[in-house]
Amino acid sequence: MAIEHLKKNGLLKIMGIRLSFGGLQVLNNINLSVRQGEILCIIGPNGAGKTSLLNCINAHYRPQEGDILFEGKSIIGLKPHQAAALGIARTFQKVELFQGMTVLDNIKLGRHMMMKFSLTGSFFRFPGLVRDEISHRAAIEEEIIDFMGLSGFRYSPVGVLPLGIRKRVDMARALAMKPRILLLDEIMSGMAVEEKEDMASYILDVQRDMGMTVVWIEHDLAAVMDLSDRVCVLNFGTKIAEGSPDEVREHPKVIEAYLGRQRK
Amino acid sequence: MKSVSETYNDLFSSNAVFGYRQDERIFRTRFKRFCFAAFMVLAGLMVAGSLAGIGANEYHYFIMNLILINLIAAVGLNLLVGFAGLLSLGHAAFMCAGAYTSALLITRFGIPFAVSVAAAGLSAAALGIIVGTPSLRIKGFYLMVATLAFQFVIDYVIIHWEGVTKGTRGLELPTPFFLGISLEKNLSYFIFLFCLTLLLIWGAKNITRSKIGRAFIAIRDNDVSAEIIGISIFRYKLLSFGLASFYAGVAGALFAGLLRTAIPGDYSFLHSIIILAMVLVGGLGRLVGTVFGVIFITLVPVLLDQSVSFLAQVYDPNITIILGPVKDLVFGGLIILFIIFEPEGLVGVWIRIRDYFRIWPLPYVSE
Repeated sequence: MAIEHLKKNGLLKIMGIRLSFGGLQVLNNINLSVRQGEILCIIGPNGAGKTSLLNCINAHYRPQEGDILFEGKSIIGLKPHQAAALGIARTFQKVELFQGMTVLDNIKLGRHMMMKFSLTGSFFRFPGLVRDEISHRAAIEEEIIDFMGLSGFRYSPVGVLPLGIRKRVDMARALAMKPRILLLDEIMSGMAVEEKEDMASYILDVQRDMGMTVVWIEHDLAAVMDLSDRVCVLNFGTKIAEGSPDEVREHPKVIEAYLGRQRK
Repeated sequence: MKSVSETYNDLFSSNAVFGYRQDERIFRTRFKRFCFAAFMVLAGLMVAGSLAGIGANEYHYFIMNLILINLIAAVGLNLLVGFAGLLSLGHAAFMCAGAYTSALLITRFGIPFAVSVAAAGLSAAALGIIVGTPSLRIKGFYLMVATLAFQFVIDYVIIHWEGVTKGTRGLELPTPFFLGISLEKNLSYFIFLFCLTLLLIWGAKNITRSKIGRAFIAIRDNDVSAEIIGISIFRYKLLSFGLASFYAGVAGALFAGLLRTAIPGDYSFLHSIIILAMVLVGGLGRLVGTVFGVIFITLVPVLLDQSVSFLAQVYDPNITIILGPVKDLVFGGLIILFIIFEPEGLVGVWIRIRDYFRIWPLPYVSE
């Protein structure tokens, strides 16, 4: 019954996936459906398997069992760049940007798959290819750099920027891919309160203005409870709760996972 | 009435940009455009002077031809090592493959020189793609050892396949012609090489500022996230090997054309190291740096040679016996000093000089 329901609705359907590294069970029979246009938060104590779940979704890890359907198509067995081509973009816990490049070039790389490829065209800078590049540049400038408030950093090498800005560049690069779903891995960790507020507004704007579906891992529970439409809680590789922020907050298993069992 | 400094500022420091197309130019600041124009004018004046019989002589043009050929090879290696981050110690082997392709096409089939140079590039590129295949699995030092193996395989094949390559004696080449014009004199070869080098560097620069170059840097900086944003790592690694070997092949063919002979000794392992040193001293991942690195490494031994023979003339002919080894020590010492004091390469020095003069004398009105 549950599986039937999952198959019918949801942009991304995770069906009974199981992932282990050797003897270590990382994800155990996870079922989860992400609806179009929602912000779904994944929370859980350290080592619960949140990042591993995200790595499965963008085909970086391959689960041993189960299936992941994105818009009805299985992504099991794809390479990460093929999953990216389907419209799955992500940011990273430890900001995996290209240090030697400028902010602009990093964001342009998000458009990599959409730009025309031609070796001779690149070598001789054929007008068609230049037009293509300029049109992507214009779209990046007007839709993403402005939106993420990065205009002042366009030509700064990423390596010298503070963490808060780098996280924004990471998200901008993911947005440049014009994804159908955006995976954010602890995008607020290590940020000051003001930066977190900015980031919260970016996430809400992405959902509202671009109609983006967001899957977001976060440790800051206040932000999670305020911003998300639904919350999924993992603990030791199993899903222990799922529902609206209020439902999850009151869930006995969640309280147990975060605070421990009450002594009788 | 504008002051001198204001005029200077208008000429060199104003970097107003209108539209994205202007912003994507190669020379984005006026100062860079001025430097390039000045360089071209000086090169033109030098050639014009030589045609009129004053200034640089044939020997000088020989040295400059060496610089240009090394530059083509080093720019290719920089695409591989500096941009894509793949270490290679077999660059001279690709030059060797190019030199012999060109020499065989000219001597056996009577193919025109310029066509044979292009064919040399393509055959070296094909070899480069084959040699680059292991790069998907191995990185860093292990890949370096794989390319080193290729260097020795090529050396062995060229020396022992006597029926085709004539072994260590090498192949003799006729005087090269381009569009019916003889390139016999070093000056005419220089003009041909200069235009070709300009084209190849312009192409390399265009590649580095297109999606291909960005993909190379992405693979160098962070291959995991490069794949996650949709870059096919394997394809671009092979492409970088192919491109680097193409440049090497062209350079090898041009070198054989300059010397009118293709011999294996000119493309030894040592030569691979020297080209790598040019790229490192110039600055990894910077094409301007490579220009400085090549000039430095090619010119310093020549200048040291000349100063030793000058001293021998002035003081005592026997001085060459003592100063011979000292020359190599000075050269090696200079390279070490550069790497210690300028880890970013000669390009770091250039950027500092450029920025100083670009905003001089008003350091607060920059950008």
